Amino acid sequence: MINDLSAETIYNALNEVMDPEIPVVSLVEMGIIRHVAVKDSAVTVTMTPTFSGCPALIEMQTLIRDKVRELGADNVHVETAIAPPWSSDWITDEGRRKLKQFGLAPPQAHGGNVVMTFFDPVACPRCDGTDTTLKNSFGSTLCRAIWYCNSCQDAFEQFKSL
Amino acid sequence: MEPQLQQALINRLLAVADDELILGHRNAEWTGHAPILEEDIALANIAQDELGHAVLLYGIVADLGGDDADTLAMFRDADAFRNVQLVELPKGDWAFTMVRQFLYDAYELALHQRLRESAFRPIADASAKILQEEIYHLRHSHAWVERLGLGTSESNRRMQAALDTLWPYVGQLFVESADAEILVKADYFPALASVQAHWEQIVIPHLEASGLVVPDTAPIDAPRTVHTAHLDALLADMQLVARSDPEATW
Repeated sequence: MINDLSAETIYNALNEVMDPEIPVVSLVEMGIIRHVAVKDSAVTVTMTPTFSGCPALIEMQTLIRDKVRELGADNVHVETAIAPPWSSDWITDEGRRKLKQFGLAPPQAHGGNVVMTFFDPVACPRCDGTDTTLKNSFGSTLCRAIWYCNSCQDAFEQFKSL
Repeated sequence: MEPQLQQALINRLLAVADDELILGHRNAEWTGHAPILEEDIALANIAQDELGHAVLLYGIVADLGGDDADTLAMFRDADAFRNVQLVELPKGDWAFTMVRQFLYDAYELALHQRLRESAFRPIADASAKILQEEIYHLRHSHAWVERLGLGTSESNRRMQAALDTLWPYVGQLFVESADAEILVKADYFPALASVQAHWEQIVIPHLEASGLVVPDTAPIDAPRTVHTAHLDALLADMQLVARSDPEATW
C-alpha cells in the first residue's frame, strides 16, 4: 500500500476507466462512481448501476478494482449502491460532449421527471437538427433508444433519459 | 425484526420477484421471433429489465437470510414459486403478449409507486430504481394496446380475445396473502386494494379508449403457490443449463 494514496488520486485515476459499452466516456463522467474512501490500508469505491439489469455491471466492478490495484492498493472493495437511483442528469458536461462525439445523442436533462422529456425532440448528433422521430424506446443496449433524423435521412441512437 | 414479520416479508418479496423473473423469461422467448426487428429488440430489453428487477428483489431476500438470486431462480421447483398464473401462461400471439404486458406494467407502476414509500428501506430503494425503468415499459405497451385495439378488425378481435382470456388471471395480482396484514401494519407493503384502485385508473380508460370491452369475469380462485402445468415446462427450459452442472462458475 502506498501511504500517500488519497481518495482524490483514486477518483482522478478512475476518470481513466471507460464505460465498457461506451468506451469513450469514463465511469466518473458517467456519474457511476459515487464515492471513494480510504481508511487505514483499505480502499472502498462505491459505484451505482445505470440500469438495474445492466450486463456491464460486473465488468465495471472488475475494471475499477484493477485500476485501484494498479495504484498500489491491495485491499480494494467495490460496493454497489442503488439509492438514490442513478440519473442520466449525473452525466457531466464533458461526458455529454463525448457521447455526442461518439454518435450517441446525449440524454435530455429532466430534473427527476423523465416523462417530461417524452415530448421534447432530440437533436441529431450529426447535424444538430431537431426534425427527428423516435423509432424505438429500446435499442442495442438497455440505455439506448433509436431515433431517425429526417434531415440526414438516417437513424441514430440516443442515450436514454433516466 | 420479528421472525413472523420477516417470514411474511420474504414471502411477499418472492412473490413480486418471481412475477418479474417468469414474465422476463416469457418475454425473452420472443427474441428472434418478434413480428419486426425493432420489437424483437424492445422485448429483449424489457425482458432484461425484468430480470434486473428480480435480481434486486432476490438480493433483499438474501439479505434477510434467504437463498441468493441464482439459487432462488434456478434451483427451486414449481411448487416453491410464488408468481401469479398470469405471467406463466404461454406467450401466445403478439396481441396476447402486449395485452398481458400492459396489464402487468400498469400493476408494476401502481405497486412500486406505493413501495417507494415503504417503511422498509431496501424495498423503497429498489422500487425507486425499478420505477425509472417501468415508465418506459408502460409507455411501450400502452402504445401497442392503442395501435392494435384501434387497428384493423382482425387486430381488435385478437386484442379482445387476449383481454377476455387474461382478465380472470389479472385479479390474482390483487388477492392478499394470509400473512399480508402484518406487512401492511408495519407499512412495509401497501394494501393491494389501494394498488388495484390506482391500476384501474390507468388500465380501464385506456382499454375503453382503444376500442376494447373490459370484461367483468371473476378472478381465478388460487393462491400464489398453485400453478398451471405451463410453469413446469417453463422452468424445465429455464433451469436446464444451471441444473446440468450446479458447480459451474460463469
